Amino acid sequence: MNRNANKAWLYLLPAIVLLGAFLIYPLVDVLIYSVEEGYNFASQTYTGVGGYNYLYVLHDPYFLQALKNTFILVIITVPLSTGIALVISTGLSSIRPLRQLYQTIYFLPYVTNTLAVGLVFMILFQRTEYTDGLVNLMLGWFGAGPVDFINGPYWAKMFVLCFYTIWVVLPFKILVLTSALASVNPDYYRAARVDGTSRTRIFFRITLPMISPMLVYLVITGFIGAFKAYGDAVALFGTDLNAAGMNTIVGYVYDMLYGDSGGYPSYASAAAIVLFAIVLTITCINLLVSRKQYRD
Amino acid sequence: MNVKLQNLTKRFPARGKRAKQEVHAVRELSFEVPDGMLVGLLGPSGCGKTTTLNMICGLETPSEGRIFFGEEDVTDLPPELRGVGMVFQNYALYPHLTVMQNILFPLQNLKGAQRLSSQEMRRRAMEAAQLVQIEELLDRRPKELSGGQQQRVAIARALVKMPRVLLLDEPLSNLDARLRLQTREEICKIQKKTGITTLFVTHDQEEAMSISDRIVVMRAGVLMQQGVPQQVYDDPANLFVAKFLGTPPINVFAASVRGERLFLGESPVLEVPGAADQEVWAGIRPEGLVPQADGPMACQLHRVEAMGRDVSIVCRHPACQADTLRAMIGSVHQVDPASAEVRFALRPEKVFLFNKEDETRIPFAAARKGEDGAQ
Amino acid sequence: MIRNDEFAARQRGMQRRRRAGKLVTYLGLSVWAVVVLFPFYWMVLTSLKSYGAYNAEHTPVFFTLAPTWENYRQAFTAVPLGNYLLNTLIFSVLTTAAMVVVSTLAAYAFARLRFRGRNLLFGLFLSMMMIPSELVVITNFVTITNWDLRNSFLGLILPSITSVFYIYLLKENFEQVPDELYRAAKVDGTSDLKYLWKVMIPICRPTLITITILKLIECWNSYIWPRLITDDQAYYLVSNGIQQIREEGFGRENVPAMMAAVVSISVPLILLFLTFRKKIMQGASQGGIKG
Repeated sequence: MNRNANKAWLYLLPAIVLLGAFLIYPLVDVLIYSVEEGYNFASQTYTGVGGYNYLYVLHDPYFLQALKNTFILVIITVPLSTGIALVISTGLSSIRPLRQLYQTIYFLPYVTNTLAVGLVFMILFQRTEYTDGLVNLMLGWFGAGPVDFINGPYWAKMFVLCFYTIWVVLPFKILVLTSALASVNPDYYRAARVDGTSRTRIFFRITLPMISPMLVYLVITGFIGAFKAYGDAVALFGTDLNAAGMNTIVGYVYDMLYGDSGGYPSYASAAAIVLFAIVLTITCINLLVSRKQYRD
Repeated sequence: MNVKLQNLTKRFPARGKRAKQEVHAVRELSFEVPDGMLVGLLGPSGCGKTTTLNMICGLETPSEGRIFFGEEDVTDLPPELRGVGMVFQNYALYPHLTVMQNILFPLQNLKGAQRLSSQEMRRRAMEAAQLVQIEELLDRRPKELSGGQQQRVAIARALVKMPRVLLLDEPLSNLDARLRLQTREEICKIQKKTGITTLFVTHDQEEAMSISDRIVVMRAGVLMQQGVPQQVYDDPANLFVAKFLGTPPINVFAASVRGERLFLGESPVLEVPGAADQEVWAGIRPEGLVPQADGPMACQLHRVEAMGRDVSIVCRHPACQADTLRAMIGSVHQVDPASAEVRFALRPEKVFLFNKEDETRIPFAAARKGEDGAQ
Repeated sequence: MIRNDEFAARQRGMQRRRRAGKLVTYLGLSVWAVVVLFPFYWMVLTSLKSYGAYNAEHTPVFFTLAPTWENYRQAFTAVPLGNYLLNTLIFSVLTTAAMVVVSTLAAYAFARLRFRGRNLLFGLFLSMMMIPSELVVITNFVTITNWDLRNSFLGLILPSITSVFYIYLLKENFEQVPDELYRAAKVDGTSDLKYLWKVMIPICRPTLITITILKLIECWNSYIWPRLITDDQAYYLVSNGIQQIREEGFGRENVPAMMAAVVSISVPLILLFLTFRKKIMQGASQGGIKG
C-alpha cells in the first residue's frame, strides 16, 4: 500500500511541480505584487504596502477606456453570438442534405490563427489612400458613404471588433448547440406532433427548455471569454491599442507588464485582479439568475 | 369506432451504398380493430409493427393503401386531426414540465373553436389523472416518478384529448417483471372502463395473449394471422405463428406422412386422417405429450424439472429440430428421473403439421382419442 | 370533421409553406457560410495578385487573371517566415509531447492508483481550472525573466505544458476501463507502467489523439505568452511573426505578401482540421474553449 502510494506521488510529480511553479505560486504572487507600492522591476524593491496600485489603475484613463471597450464588447457580442448560433444550429438540425458540409465550413474559424485572419479582416475593412476597401465598396452599392473601420470613428472600430469577435466565437457555440439539439430524444417531437403542437410552440415549449442547460453554459463561458478579449483587437488595430483607443482590460494588463509602456508588474497585477473580480461577479450573477429561472 | 387498414404498404429508401433499392417495412397489410376492443399487434422486433402504428397515428404516410377510422378515410390527415392518443415506448414525458403540465400540454395546443377555458382544461386533466390514479403526483416532475407511474402519466396525457383511438408502443418493455404484470392489468382495466378502441404493439407474446381481445401476428411486414388469442394458439395458420406463440415453445420435428400416419423417423406416432403422403414439419405443443408406458413416441430422458404445479420433462429425440424437447405434464404423472427412456402418447389436437416448403398448415381430421394414435 | 377535399387543399398549402421554409433555411445557412468562407477566399486571392496589380486596384477586384507566386517568395525571403514556422512547429510538438506525458501519468495516478488524499488532491486540481491565465501570466513572466529563460524554447514551453482540463478528461476516460483488467494484469504480474503502456493507452487512444490535436492547435495559435517572452526574432512564433510583419511589413505596405504569409501559416492547421475533422469537433464540443 505504501509502496503504491509512493508510486502514485511519483507519477503525479511532474504535474504537481509544473502546476505549483506556474499556476499556484503565481496566483499567490500576483496578490502580493498588487499591494506592493512603488515596485521597481530592475532592483526588485518596493517602497510600501497598500492599495495605491488599485487606486492608480482605477484612475488611469487608459484603464477606464479599456473597461468601457470591454463592457461594450461583452454586452454586444455575448447575446448576439449566442442568438445567431441558436438560429444557425436550429436551421442546421432541420436539414439533412449538405448538413456535414455546412458544419465543416462553420467550424473553420475555430482552427484558424486569430491574429492571421484578423489581418484579412483589417484589409477588408480598411480604407487607405489607394483604395476604399472591399466592405466600403459593398456599402457603396447600398449608397452608404465610405467609412474607415480601422482608423476611423470609434463606433466603426467597435463594429469591426464585435463582428470579428462573433466570427471567431461562433464555431464553438454552433458546435455545442447543434450537438445539444441532436441529443433531444426525437420521441418528444413525435409526441408533440401527435398532439398537434405548432412549430413555434414546439420550439419554445420543448426544444428551448431541453437545451437550456447548454445555453446557460454558453452564456457563462461566453461572458468569461469576452471579458478576456485581446487577440482580436490586436489583430485588427495593432499592438498599440491605447493609441487606437481600442484597448481591452487584458490588453491593459499586458501593456503594463511589457512593451513600450511596460515594466509595472504591480499595476498589471492590480488590473488583472480587478478583471478577475469582475468576471467572478458576473459569473455568480449568471449562475444565480439561471438557477432561479430553472426553479420557476 | 373501428380502425380498418386496407392493403397498407410502407417502403423506405434503403440507406448506404445500395441506395437505389427500397426496403419494405410493411407489405399489403389489412386488418381491422373492432370498435372498443383491445388489440395486440405482435411480432418479433423489426417486423414492421411500430411502422404500422406510426402510420395509424399519422407520423408516417403509407406508400400505398388506406386507413379508415369508422367510415372516414384518415390516410392523408395529419396526426392532430385524427383524434389519436399515443403512448411512446419511453413515454416521452417532457422532463421540464410537471405531471399536470404534461397532461395539459395536448389541450393547450387546441386552437380556435376547439380551445377550452383553462378551467375546463384543468377539469379534463384531473379527470384523466383520476382515471389512471395519479392525482397525488400532479406537482412532481417525471424524473421523480417510478417507471410505472411515468407510464400512467403517459396514458393520462394520451387520454386527455378524448381520442377516438389509443395507440401504445411497447407499453410494458421499460418496466421490471413484477410491475409489468400489474401494469398490464391496469391497462386492460382502463381500456375496459373508457371503451376506447386500443391498439398496442409488443414483441412479447405472453403479454399480448394475456390482455388482448384480439391479436394480430406480423412477420417481416406481412400479416401472418389474426384472431382471438386462444383461437390463434389452438389453430395456428403456419409454422411461424405456432413457434411464436406459447411458452415453453412448441417442439418442432422433421417428420413424414405415409398412409395417413405421421412418422418420426421410422416409428409411426399418430393417425393423421386426410393428410397426403409427404415430408412435413410436425409441431407438438409441450402439453400435447402425455407420458404413457406403452406410448408410441420414445425419447431419451435428459432431465426432469419440477416447477410446483407442473412438471417439465426435458428429453432428446433424433427428429427434433432443437437440441432438446420439452413436455409439460401435471404433477400427478410420475416419471422416474433415473430412467433412461420415457415414452409419450400424443394428443392430436396439440399436434400441427406444416408444409415443408412454405410452412403453411396441413389440416388433418384428429382421431377421437389421442391414445389410439399408433398401434 | 373537415371534408377531405378541403383538407387536401390545406395539405398542399402546408407542403408549399414547408418547401418555402426549407428554401429560406438553406439560403440563410448559405449566407453565413459565405461570411465564414469569404475571408479565406480573399486572403488566397490577394496572395496571388501581384504587388503592382493589387495597388493599382482602386476598387477591389473579385478575381485575378494573372496569379503569381512572387508574394510567397517574398514572404519567405524578405522576412524569416520559414524560421517562424519552424519555431512554431518545434514549440508545438515539444509542448504537446510533454503535455501528453505529464497528463497521462497524472491521470493514471488519479484513475488507478490508491493513495491517501487522492480525492482531496483531485478536487484541488479541478479548482485550478478556474484560475484565469491572465492572472498568473504576470508572475510567470517575472519568473522566466529571472531564470534568464527569455528568448529560449525552454522558457516558451515550460509554463505551457500543464493543462488541468486534459488531465481531467484523461482521468475520466481511464476510469472507464474496467477494474477487472487491472486486477487480471496484476495477477499476471504486470507492472503498473507496463499496464499503462500496454493496456490503458491503447484502449484510450482516441481520447489521447483528440487532446493531442487540440493542444497542437492551441500551441500553433498561441500569441500572448510568446509575445511576452520573446523579443528576439530568431525565437518568434507565427503569431508574433505575423504581428511583426503587420507592424513593420516588408519595408513598405505589401498587402499581397502579407496575405501570402497569412495563407502559409493557416494552411497547416486547416489541413490538420480536414484530416481529423470528426475528432477535433467531438473533442472541442467536450469543452475545449478557444483560449
